[in-house]
Amino acid sequence: MSVQTLLYIGGRLVKGAAVLLVIAIFNFFLIRMAPGDPAQVLAGEAGATDAIFLQQLREQFGLDQPLYYQLWIYVSNLMQFDMGITYRQQMPVFDLIMERMPATLLLTGAAFFLSLLLGILAGVVAAAKHRRWPDSVITVAALIFYATPLFWLAMMAALFFSVYLEWLPSFGMQTVGENLTGWQKISDIGLHLILPASTLGLFFTAVYARMTRTSMIETSRLDFVKTAKAKGMKPSRVTTHHVLRNALLPVVTLAGLQAGQLIGGAVLTETVFAWPGIGRLMFEALFQRDYNLLLGVFFVSSAMVVLFNLITDVIYCVVDPRIELSK
Amino acid sequence: MQPLLKVENLSIRLPKGSDREFAIRDVSYDLMPGELLCVVGESGSGKSMTANAVMGLLPKVIEVDSGAVTFDGYDLTSLEERRARALRGNRISMIFQEPMTALNPLMRVEDQISEVFLIHTSMSASERHDRTLALLEDVGLPDPKKMLRAYPHQLSGGQRQRVMIAMALALEPSILIADEPTTALDVTTQAQILKLIKELQRKHNTAVMFITHDFGVVAEIADRVVVMEKGEMVELGKRDEVLNHPQHAYTKKLIAAVPPLVSPHRDVRVHQELPILHVKNLCKTYSTGGSWFTKARIVKAADNVNFELHRGETLGLVGESGSGKSTVSRCVVRLLEADSGQILLGGSEIQSLNSKQLKPFRKRIQMVFQDPYASLNPRKTIGQIIADGPIAQGMAAKDALAKAAELLELVELPKTALDRYPHEFSGGQRQRIGIARALAHDPEVLVADEAISALDVSVQAQILDLIEALKKRLNLAVLFVVHDLRVAAQVCDRVIVMEKGKIVEMGETRQVFEAPNHDYTKSLIASIPGANWRSGVADNELAPVMEAQV
Repeated sequence: MSVQTLLYIGGRLVKGAAVLLVIAIFNFFLIRMAPGDPAQVLAGEAGATDAIFLQQLREQFGLDQPLYYQLWIYVSNLMQFDMGITYRQQMPVFDLIMERMPATLLLTGAAFFLSLLLGILAGVVAAAKHRRWPDSVITVAALIFYATPLFWLAMMAALFFSVYLEWLPSFGMQTVGENLTGWQKISDIGLHLILPASTLGLFFTAVYARMTRTSMIETSRLDFVKTAKAKGMKPSRVTTHHVLRNALLPVVTLAGLQAGQLIGGAVLTETVFAWPGIGRLMFEALFQRDYNLLLGVFFVSSAMVVLFNLITDVIYCVVDPRIELSK
Repeated sequence: MQPLLKVENLSIRLPKGSDREFAIRDVSYDLMPGELLCVVGESGSGKSMTANAVMGLLPKVIEVDSGAVTFDGYDLTSLEERRARALRGNRISMIFQEPMTALNPLMRVEDQISEVFLIHTSMSASERHDRTLALLEDVGLPDPKKMLRAYPHQLSGGQRQRVMIAMALALEPSILIADEPTTALDVTTQAQILKLIKELQRKHNTAVMFITHDFGVVAEIADRVVVMEKGEMVELGKRDEVLNHPQHAYTKKLIAAVPPLVSPHRDVRVHQELPILHVKNLCKTYSTGGSWFTKARIVKAADNVNFELHRGETLGLVGESGSGKSTVSRCVVRLLEADSGQILLGGSEIQSLNSKQLKPFRKRIQMVFQDPYASLNPRKTIGQIIADGPIAQGMAAKDALAKAAELLELVELPKTALDRYPHEFSGGQRQRIGIARALAHDPEVLVADEAISALDVSVQAQILDLIEALKKRLNLAVLFVVHDLRVAAQVCDRVIVMEKGKIVEMGETRQVFEAPNHDYTKSLIASIPGANWRSGVADNELAPVMEAQV
């Protein structure tokens, strides 16, 4: 890696940190615009509507302080990588997020690679069979998955594969009550993973398939493909060595977008399939007005977006020699 | 001598709904070993069709209807795909028009060339490497070792075309098909590439089928010529016979449309009045790639440019790509902001005006653009396109449309065109519409930025005549940006020669062409293909550059 590249990456990280700070401040105000606060939720759950108890809770969490002061405390803690304590679990926010992180990464990562693989494959096949029946089937299927709401798809998949066929578990990440180890544990998690990962990945599979197909068809009309054919190359080699590589450039951009959602993009899926990940954590935190936890999840997901934007740009410059990293 | 490639009664059918039934019909000609055969024609003449049929590169919807192309005892039109592939890139290879796009942008030069060896031979990796290196040396690329590692975007157009030639000649094919290989190149680069093709052809005794629209190129390199018109072969003969004694009316028309390289005599007028356009010390710099840490690349596109333009005069702005001629023309109409300098239009300084102050001046200087296909809004009718300008300047819509109708008549288009859309017109007709749009403002200065370079030669001649007639009739001052020196010699009263943003020569056209002062001008003029042909020497004096080998 050249000095210029490293300088570029350094510059982008500095800018990224500034962006994150702005996002954190924005989020801080955003969640306080929702009515209610954690004290009310906790008090309500305890069955106590006593004003003094509420006041005590607020004092305990520092919620009685002026807003600007709370912001100052939050931001200055954040600068020291301290995201505070959750109101409910009374755990450091960071630890809780890290605890849930593997489950989410497993789910979103599986969905990510699955959709990339299937999407590109479907796109290549559709482009190769342009205007023949495999193309129509793939295009129509992609359109359907593209248009169907994720939560509906998730529920239908659970209904069909778990309730009706009883093939796959529809709930959680591991079978409850069995202490499996080794391969058994892995295959158990794998089985639990199939439904949520494919539901989550379907949308992007459709997006990649459409994108790859269009891009392949466009690229195959370019002059250098004609040059490749004129060399006497087999059509399959023309496709893999000349068309596909060029056609994948726009797919990289989209994959960068999806990768940015690796942390925060699975709320619906995790909720429907009771997957113990960050998405569900966020969902619960939202209803409990657990400000610190919510802000923490927001912060980690936005950090992920910033990070993957940078990674995408670096990858872009690796796969396309015409692009130079600058500015 | 046996012909190497024999095209016999070849007909290729176009898909239903095309403007004609056959792309080419009943075409027969031979290609002899070691000869250079030029296939000439305008766009749509079907001149590339035979070549594409030979290479198996016809689009799927187009198929050979009847006839045969025989090579080495095989009929290429019905050869099994596997065997055809074995010939392609091996015994018969091809280079293309656009060097900018003909190479895979993601692959290094070495990989692209050695791919040919990989497909057709069983050479080892190190043999492939050595052969590729030798090829790059053969085609005269600088620093071949470094060139191996380069990506296409790091090379100039001429260098890329050399890479293409290296790739095509890798396995010493019997036949090289060159489809307009120099059309997209600058004139000096074109001269070098033509010389290279000719040299390699003699060295390896390759037969070349050279497809071109440019009779200058034909005069420069051809042994024999095939002339195509609307899919039919109208003439076939030795170069000198076809060029100097064309038999068919279409060939005669085409050749007559090539501007001779002699500037006609023009009255040298002494201008008493003030120039309508006076450009003083115009500078424009582009910088790219600069950032916090890296130095920007700085290109001076206009470096202290000074000139005057008078009413009734055509001033040519000539130069190669990157010379800054388009930048200057765009700065003059203030489509681009110059960095410094003055532009006086009828004595008023307009360079420093803001957009509101500039508005009344806008209509006095108008532009005709290069690409007639991209410069008209496809969603608007011709009437709207022409009337939009005057309406923006405050004319009533009804009057503006009436004026548009008059203008269409002026540019020799029917009034019915008013309600039609741009896609219904040919390139030449669209350029007439572009001219009408510019004239809708009754401008005093017309800036034509390569206004004819996208058109076929016979259409070019018509548009040039139209501009000349309008100039006389409306007493316009015309700033004519052009890369084609033949055209410049014909239509310009004076020319400015630009190189790298600087004016290197300026003067009466005849004087510049007959006695150029600057070395750059000299090299430009020397590079014009077929400079000896139609340069005023009597027809029979044309020096036969090379005996035809047939």
